[in-house]
Amino acid sequence: MTATTHTADHADEHHDHKPYGLSRWLFTTNHKDIGTMYLLFGLLMAIVGGFLSLGIRAELFMPGLQILQPETFNSFMTLHGLIMVFGAVMPVFVGFANWLIPMQIGAADMAFPRMNNWSFWMLPPAAILLAASFFVEGGAIQSGWTLYPPLFTQSGIAGDMTILAVHILGASSIMGSINIVTTVLNLRAPGMTLMKMPLFVWTWLITAYLLIAVMPVLAGAVTMLLTDRHFGTSFFNAAGGGDPTMFMHIFWFFGHPEVYIIILPAFGIVSQIIPAFSRKPLFGYASMVYATASIAILSFIVWGHHMFTVGMPAAGQLFFMYATMLIAVPTGVKVFNWIATMWRGSLTFETPMLWALGFLFMFTMGGFTGLVLAITPVDITLHNSYYVVAHFHYTMVAGASFAIFGGVYYWWPKWTGKMYNESAGKLHFWWTTIGFNLTFFPQHFLGLAGMPRRIPDYALQFAEWNMISSIGAFFLAAGQIFFMITLYMSYKSGQPAKDKQWEGADSLEWTHLPSPAPYHTFEVQPVLK
Amino acid sequence: MISKSNIGSANTFGLARLVRLVNPVMRLGFLAIAGFATLAHASYDVNIPPPATGIASEIYDLHLYILIICVIIFVLVFGAMFYSVFKFRKSQGAKADVNFHESTLIEIIWTVIPFIILIVMAIPATKTVLAMKDTSNPDLTIKVVGYQWGWQYEYQQDGLSFYSSLATPWSQVGQPGVPASEPKGQNYLLEVDNPMVVPVGKKVRLLITSNDVLHGWYVPTLGVNQYGIPGFIKDSWFKVEKAGTYKGQCSQICGKLHGYMPITVVAKDPADYAAWVKEAKGKFAIKSDASVAADTPPKVAAIVDEPGKKWTLGELKQAGESLYAANCAACHQADGKGNPAMKAKALDGSPVVIGAKSSQIAILLKGRPGTLMAGFDRLSDVELAAVSTYARNSWGNKTGDMVLPADIKAARK
Repeated sequence: MTATTHTADHADEHHDHKPYGLSRWLFTTNHKDIGTMYLLFGLLMAIVGGFLSLGIRAELFMPGLQILQPETFNSFMTLHGLIMVFGAVMPVFVGFANWLIPMQIGAADMAFPRMNNWSFWMLPPAAILLAASFFVEGGAIQSGWTLYPPLFTQSGIAGDMTILAVHILGASSIMGSINIVTTVLNLRAPGMTLMKMPLFVWTWLITAYLLIAVMPVLAGAVTMLLTDRHFGTSFFNAAGGGDPTMFMHIFWFFGHPEVYIIILPAFGIVSQIIPAFSRKPLFGYASMVYATASIAILSFIVWGHHMFTVGMPAAGQLFFMYATMLIAVPTGVKVFNWIATMWRGSLTFETPMLWALGFLFMFTMGGFTGLVLAITPVDITLHNSYYVVAHFHYTMVAGASFAIFGGVYYWWPKWTGKMYNESAGKLHFWWTTIGFNLTFFPQHFLGLAGMPRRIPDYALQFAEWNMISSIGAFFLAAGQIFFMITLYMSYKSGQPAKDKQWEGADSLEWTHLPSPAPYHTFEVQPVLK
Repeated sequence: MISKSNIGSANTFGLARLVRLVNPVMRLGFLAIAGFATLAHASYDVNIPPPATGIASEIYDLHLYILIICVIIFVLVFGAMFYSVFKFRKSQGAKADVNFHESTLIEIIWTVIPFIILIVMAIPATKTVLAMKDTSNPDLTIKVVGYQWGWQYEYQQDGLSFYSSLATPWSQVGQPGVPASEPKGQNYLLEVDNPMVVPVGKKVRLLITSNDVLHGWYVPTLGVNQYGIPGFIKDSWFKVEKAGTYKGQCSQICGKLHGYMPITVVAKDPADYAAWVKEAKGKFAIKSDASVAADTPPKVAAIVDEPGKKWTLGELKQAGESLYAANCAACHQADGKGNPAMKAKALDGSPVVIGAKSSQIAILLKGRPGTLMAGFDRLSDVELAAVSTYARNSWGNKTGDMVLPADIKAARK
């Protein structure tokens, strides 16, 4: 991409006026500051969620109850899910969006900078509500992150705290999404047509529409829970003419698009990394855009596959089975395109590329188990078993998180102006890959053998694989401490990064901006031909 | 729909039979990889356990069929990836072919081929879905009701009804910080007091519902996994082919003791089943309160009322003790001290327990909305009388009075 160059370096010297100390972060409207806060908030939440998962795996190390009371185990399991989905993965991707979308489309900032600040600062109160719910009478909710009534309705005050937290998180997501859509549609540099945008921007544009469509649905569902609990309504109470199944329908109408909300930005990151290290344009750019859009549209008509065991009629089961299987087509197109991008390329394997390849390999495994679970009869025997736990951790951890790690290593030089230690990054990759597979691969076997999920204690034939899984979980967690040390060392004393650190990178943040990216960028938009 | 003979047949397509051969190879492979070959006595199962019904066999075959297709695709796709990784390295002097970034033909091919593969997968799956959904013409119907935390089975034709709950003693489970005082048995957490008993070779239709929250009646070897939804009845069916014991667990999180509500199904030959029904009539017959007294001698665990019977405190308290252990102790603890972590109040010294009988009875019948305390109106008048009398006169509670079945009966109105 050629453009009339603008010396962004100068902005660094003359316009870098920002308040210092706490007020810089409280009042900032700068997309980079806000992006950084989102990323750090996500990291903090991932540590909390990770701690909860270690509690779960420690209890499951062997049969019997050793560490957690069953009700505490249920709370750990529930909050692990809520915190990882709403507190860690989603904010981290919004952090990426904040940092990268303006730089990649040649905009000075997000379209609504003050709303951007507000959408971030809504997150901490929600996180505090969730964390504090552990310490109120009755403890945190125990219903699983799906909040199914009537079990959810039995919660103590923690139920209301969770509802409020979900409302706040939802409002934050909606504001963030409106901001992203407006920014992408209105603030692109001259010449940056939609079909020239980096794929990361495309995936986030589509994700933002998904969020705007489904977060209000979740808000409606939890509001109905609230009025069922306190105001005498019976939306989900059969005794009053309601139906618990209706909650599942509404929840999963939100919930299935939600999982694509989590994975589409990951697709975007991987679609930046693989071409950069193959030194070749992304294969089938247009079909990648269409495949992403197809996945998003299909995500609205497959929710019933989470409910094959509620007893829906055969016609419903068949419809949802076929629709779900259909998702394999656009997803397959994406995988084939990534591999074709590497085909006849000139490949190097720096840390970001390793994560992208790890993503490709293991996310596809999660895709295959997804196909197995799409087959209704097989799903019925595996529903709510550990097979499902293995499946969605292959997509959420080896999928979303591997892309996040890859993205962090890829853009770290641009964000901080420092290089990370390449050997440490590679070690972190292999450490995580081994730990991850040790933790989650055996869970396929547990599920096939019939071990239900969300249980604190189990029959003796499940003991061996559970022990291996628990050992893997602690090994995996230790690797993430190493990750944080690696980044901290780089931040303190890393080698200076080059402006265009990666030879094959071609998006604007690499071709037009120095490293680290200055506080204000593209105050005059570049013109692309 | 599907013909009856078709439903019963174990394998509806041939490929899957062949692929079953792969099984031992798979297991050996995983053992070798994991390096646990020396621990051959341990359980490193890597596949669905042997199916016991036609439907479960179809599921088993479907799974292997899909898995094998996936493995083939996996090898091809990642063969291409690893080929690229080794062949197109910059360090090997590979130059990027920057013009190779679009090909409509290739893209059409790799959209159409997966679509065809999906159709090939969907055909046998559709047949099985239709077979699983065909609950018509059952030989026997059993109503299954989920409770926090156990199951109730009601045999409508045979006039039986009984509860089925965990038989593993808590002393095998242990507590955080307190190791289990007994070694764990072979069937740890998978054993129940009263299993569901069914005849072999008969189509058993289940009508599944719940009394409180969602539960999941899940027995993988029978190919059944169905939520029990309060207020609604859903159905499912199975036909066991061989006498034996089949185990499962609740599959849908239902609160504190979700992990402790196993399912056991015992399949007996029809003659043995008939004998079991006869025997079970003595214990589990569905009867009105009045007729129960007439032909059933009182048992230690089952307490029954007789019209005009004068109950003594000792009788009620003694019967109440086992009822308390079965229904209350999981939360309120055997020593009546309760469990603060789950808001289970201490009954020892509780003003509700030692105060007016009416408020104690009201909570026993209706529960406390918004807490885990469910209503126990499913227990009989005399059972509730016994358990409340027990609580009023145990541990530090010494009211010296008793609650009579008539009190409960009056409170129910």
